[in-house]
Amino acid sequence: MQKFTQLNGLVAPLDRANVDTDLIIPKQFLKSIKRTGFGPNLFDELRYLDEGFPGQDVTNRPLNQDFVLNKPRYQNSEVLLSRANFGCGSSREHAPWALVDYGFRAIIAPSFADIFFNNAPKNGLLLIQLDDAIIDRLFNEVEATEGYRLLVDLPAQTVTTPSGEVLSFEMDQFRKHCLIEGLDDIGLTLKDAADIKAYEEARAKVTPWIFA
Amino acid sequence: MAQTLYDKLWDAHLVKQRDDGTALIYIDRHLLHEVTSPQAFEGLRLAGRKPWRISANLATPDHNVPTTVKERAQGVSGIEDETSRIQVQTLDDNCEEFGITEFKINDPRQGIVHVVGPEQGATLPGMTLVCGDSHTATHGAFAALAHGVGTSEVEHVLATQCLIQRKMKNLLIQVDGKLQKGVTAKDIVLAVIGEIGTAGGTGYAMEFAGSAIADLSMEGRMTICNMAIEAGARVGLVGCDQTTIDYVEGRPFAPKGKDWDMAVEWWKTLHSDADAKFDKVVKLDAAAIEPQVSWGTSPEMVGSVNSLVPDPAKAGDENLRKSWESALKYMGLKANQAITDIKLDRVFIGSCTNSRIEDLRAAAEVAKGRKVSPTLMQALVVPGSGLVKKQAEDEGLDKIFIEAGFEWREPGCSMCLAMNADKLGQGEHCASTSNRNFEGRQGYGGRTHLVSPAMAAAAAIAGHFVDVREWS
Ligand code: SF4
Repeated sequence: MQKFTQLNGLVAPLDRANVDTDLIIPKQFLKSIKRTGFGPNLFDELRYLDEGFPGQDVTNRPLNQDFVLNKPRYQNSEVLLSRANFGCGSSREHAPWALVDYGFRAIIAPSFADIFFNNAPKNGLLLIQLDDAIIDRLFNEVEATEGYRLLVDLPAQTVTTPSGEVLSFEMDQFRKHCLIEGLDDIGLTLKDAADIKAYEEARAKVTPWIFA
Repeated sequence: MAQTLYDKLWDAHLVKQRDDGTALIYIDRHLLHEVTSPQAFEGLRLAGRKPWRISANLATPDHNVPTTVKERAQGVSGIEDETSRIQVQTLDDNCEEFGITEFKINDPRQGIVHVVGPEQGATLPGMTLVCGDSHTATHGAFAALAHGVGTSEVEHVLATQCLIQRKMKNLLIQVDGKLQKGVTAKDIVLAVIGEIGTAGGTGYAMEFAGSAIADLSMEGRMTICNMAIEAGARVGLVGCDQTTIDYVEGRPFAPKGKDWDMAVEWWKTLHSDADAKFDKVVKLDAAAIEPQVSWGTSPEMVGSVNSLVPDPAKAGDENLRKSWESALKYMGLKANQAITDIKLDRVFIGSCTNSRIEDLRAAAEVAKGRKVSPTLMQALVVPGSGLVKKQAEDEGLDKIFIEAGFEWREPGCSMCLAMNADKLGQGEHCASTSNRNFEGRQGYGGRTHLVSPAMAAAAAIAGHFVDVREWS
């Protein structure tokens, strides 16, 4: 997993609430058995004017020029700004895979759906929750200023705007640690293998049918 | 101290509380399907790891299996779409390699993973159960702590039999009173989502209680818990009672003999204590719930069949106005149009929300002796599993459907998310018993309206939405 410490990234605004996982990566692309290669189909139905198929060369597909990620000024953006309940819907980890594969490293929104909130950091994608009022202001600033970048500092848990304003965000300490170190949490859990075995032994006496 | 059901299930599965606020939670049962598992098995192989407890796992392909007899006849090799075929084959190969029990494509026990688990007794009260699928919330109907996980967590559970979790808050949805005839579990849960919104349950374990929930069959309770995730809650729960125990008894994976007695004794304690404290409580009057139809592109955009499509000009705030406007545009609907005036192109009865025997019975009761409207292009009935299909055929339901002009299919997810060949064309309206009406969910440009099985059957016959209460 890619480590996350600091990032000075171009911001793209996706002004829409309840961005669901079907929208992030439509189901026809879930047929892949790999973790990579989803970037060209991120937001497929918003990005292109035709219907997309897995394995297709996207270079000749008609682009929806109104869609924010197709605008020249937002090319190579690494921070996505969006609205409430981002990532709702299915548990597909293809959603964070597609966002990361496209090049996003951080998403800023007023709130995130639970499963997506769990999945994203496991793939090095930082989710930053900020108040609605601040988000409104950021949308205005991003739209008004071409080349708008935010400086994200994970160890300090801050986002700094071009005008020097410093915004703090909350962060779960475990997730923060894993993101900064790029840690695989299976390895961490297996350090507790003795505890897991002890739990199983004790539990087998109380609910033997589970272990039959 | 008085505990909620969620608190009890959490405590029983706590392996270790860590200082950073996270906890290691033991997972009793892990269900797998072909879409979210290949990358997890790959990860396991790359790291040289083995499944921690092989017998905890049970797999079946469901999302992209074809549902026509013709394509199913030759098993995996008969799947025409190459990417679908590879995915189903990969599940077979992985289960074989790691020794995991799998109900393969043409096994009579194959079906939608959330129908199969309970049907087999692989879902039991008091369990922790996860699956790489958000509708795992379904299994909470059994007083089990069940939720969806992503692929990294599928791999984590395979390798360690545990998950790293933070405790959620407790939300109680109290539904009292008697449902009107023709109003079902699906209408209750759609009404709940309409009330609290698609993020109303975010961060909570959502327990459903009250006399209207106690009156429901296990099928009805599963329908309700299934859609907890559409209200933002990863976990839906219903306390264990005699209905639960009667359903589980005698199923293949259920405990037997002395274990059964021991289990039942514990299961009877699996409900929230009378004075348990919830962080939030929402109350609904069952008698006031009318048959529901979703009109928009999010499950919270829902209302009574007798209502009008809302007017964005009357939305409370700017963000809401924008989302209503864009939903109406996508759905091809006008503000203030009667829901009953929405013309339909297809009808889909199926999915892990409503493809169990009770759902098919309810739809068949409406369809009996009637004909699907000639204005419809297709009306599909897709049973949730091979065993549901068989039971329906034993009861003659397949004949009722076929005579009325419905297609009777092989089990799978089918048009719920259109990963196989069953899908909507651009701009088509579909009355669907599934759980999500997101843009493109049932096919590129397709327009989904979520309803109960009885409402879907009635809509198929009328060619537009009708209040099924007028038919019973
Ligand atoms: S029926 Fe639909 S919601 Fe249920 S598991 Fe299949 S695709 Fe998911």
